[in-house]
Amino acid sequence: MSTLLIIEQVLNGLQFGVMLFLMAAGLTLIFGVMGLINLAHGSLYMIGAFAAAAVAGATGSFVLALAAALAVAAIAGALIEMTVIRRLYGKAHLDQVLATFALILIFSEGTRWLFGSFPLFLDIPDYLSGPVTLPGGIQYPLYRLTLIAVGLLVGLGLWALIERTRIGIQIRAGENDREMIAALGVDIRLLYTLVFAIGAALAGLAGALVGAIQSVQVGMGEPVLILAFVVIVIGGIGSIKGAFIGALLVGLTDTLGGIFLPELFKLFMEPGAATQTGSALASMAIYILMSLVLIWRPTGLFGARA
Amino acid sequence: MIPERLVNWVVFAGLLAVPLWAIVVDEPFTITLVTRAVILAIAAVGLNIALGIGGLVSLGHAVFFGIGGYAMGILAYHAQTYTSLDLFGLSLAGTKSMPIIWLVAIVVSALAAWIIGLLSLRTSGVYFIMITLAFGQMFYYFAISWSTYGGEDGLSIYVRNGFPGLNTLVPIQFFGLCFALLCIVLFLNARLQNAPFGLALNAARQVPTRVETVGLNPMRLKLVAFVISGAITGLAGALFADLNRFVSPTMFSWQLSGELIVLIVIGGVGRLYGPVVGACLFVALEHWLGALTEFWHIYLGLILLAIVLFARGGIIGLLTGKEGAHV
Repeated sequence: MSTLLIIEQVLNGLQFGVMLFLMAAGLTLIFGVMGLINLAHGSLYMIGAFAAAAVAGATGSFVLALAAALAVAAIAGALIEMTVIRRLYGKAHLDQVLATFALILIFSEGTRWLFGSFPLFLDIPDYLSGPVTLPGGIQYPLYRLTLIAVGLLVGLGLWALIERTRIGIQIRAGENDREMIAALGVDIRLLYTLVFAIGAALAGLAGALVGAIQSVQVGMGEPVLILAFVVIVIGGIGSIKGAFIGALLVGLTDTLGGIFLPELFKLFMEPGAATQTGSALASMAIYILMSLVLIWRPTGLFGARA
Repeated sequence: MIPERLVNWVVFAGLLAVPLWAIVVDEPFTITLVTRAVILAIAAVGLNIALGIGGLVSLGHAVFFGIGGYAMGILAYHAQTYTSLDLFGLSLAGTKSMPIIWLVAIVVSALAAWIIGLLSLRTSGVYFIMITLAFGQMFYYFAISWSTYGGEDGLSIYVRNGFPGLNTLVPIQFFGLCFALLCIVLFLNARLQNAPFGLALNAARQVPTRVETVGLNPMRLKLVAFVISGAITGLAGALFADLNRFVSPTMFSWQLSGELIVLIVIGGVGRLYGPVVGACLFVALEHWLGALTEFWHIYLGLILLAIVLFARGGIIGLLTGKEGAHV
């Protein structure tokens, strides 16, 4: 087990973490502002990936594909907000879960109907493919490095949007007292649609970016959605900072656990049994992490005290 | 509007009449379909105790369904391969006997529900939904990586397990067994609802602080409800695995957890027969719409959306003209 391998795996964990952050940020923003639990967020991730794959297939341009992912996911998000989600604010969580579960069924089967059951492939563009040599002589794929950079930039942009702009002030005010800011003349309906569309666009972007290293297929969104839930439970619902730190924790735990736990068990078990136990435990590692955080802090690391 | 009691009796009679009619016209597949509905109904009745009375929106009840399934799968697998099951230094024999399998399924899922409940009930609301969902996923991935019992491919059991005095391979006899269990579970649910425990639980869902002032511990009430609920769903899992003679990690999938909630909501939340009506309707839709179009989930989604947005009381609510189950 060399230092190079460890650094490479840490980078993989970071890359996974920042992609989870793109999903978790939207979810936590939507919950924080509108009090809505959105299971269909994974569908928006899938829609982004499919839009990117379709546009890349037609035009061959990766930049256009990303733009399409952002635009299509944002439009889909705004549409479902105006038709369905809007009716769910202030309703019981059970209703929100069911209605958004229904949306998953509709979107998944609809996509299968449009594109078929076979996975699509989105290619990494030439200028981003191949490895780069990092200081210290580590060879690492340029594309994954780009993903980390994009994730961090989006995080920074989101922070600036919320902390430094007028819309951000309105969003934060909406979290605290929606009636008051409506009384002050802010169009709250438009603001909600906007927040939902921003969350959707982030999910779509994540789907398109990850779609280039995995395959683009129906049902790709839900495993990521559930991991994003784990992230925001760890970070605290409604907190973007919590989502960021939670995402990195989950990304690193999952990636490093899968590599190192089997090795760790080999120290005191026979190799066959060690690999079996280690990988079984690694698949549960993030959920164990979540349980530990919950025992310590039931509202997550940065959640408001209930 | 039709009284709820009448709706319940019609459903009950229908569940008995359809398989009997299927024998007369010799359609064994119909019996299997109804058995499937009955087993899903048992699972949903279990969930309804936590969800309907306790107000606990558990999006991870597939955990218990899967545990029940694997309890059956593992015990029967050791019996059919004549190997022993080594557990904590004990060497146990497998079994093909349903009562023992059910007992194991109930005990193990109750234990799992107790641990998951202890952790999840530290939180409430959306946190609870997300955490139960995450625990479900944890078991799902664990089952996939557990290669001893088939991993992703699951386990096939060649012959259905036995029940003393019955030939469970005959569809109508297995149906009878499942139906009897559904009756027992419904009876328990009805008793529970009106017992002091059920009333306290109902109150804990509505006004936890007031329950606490009276000197009851809402968290403990909810935990007990969650354990009972998990145990019943676990029993249904063992039956479901026996119906298909197959278990796989999909029994742990989050889609299944979602579908169990869907069954309840289609029928009517918190109503005794809500899960039963929902399960029958779900299996019927799956069968008929599934034959018409490969994409029947789209229609299921639309129906569900319509029920959530416009018919809050589910089908029973529509028939009886009463939206809320709790008067």
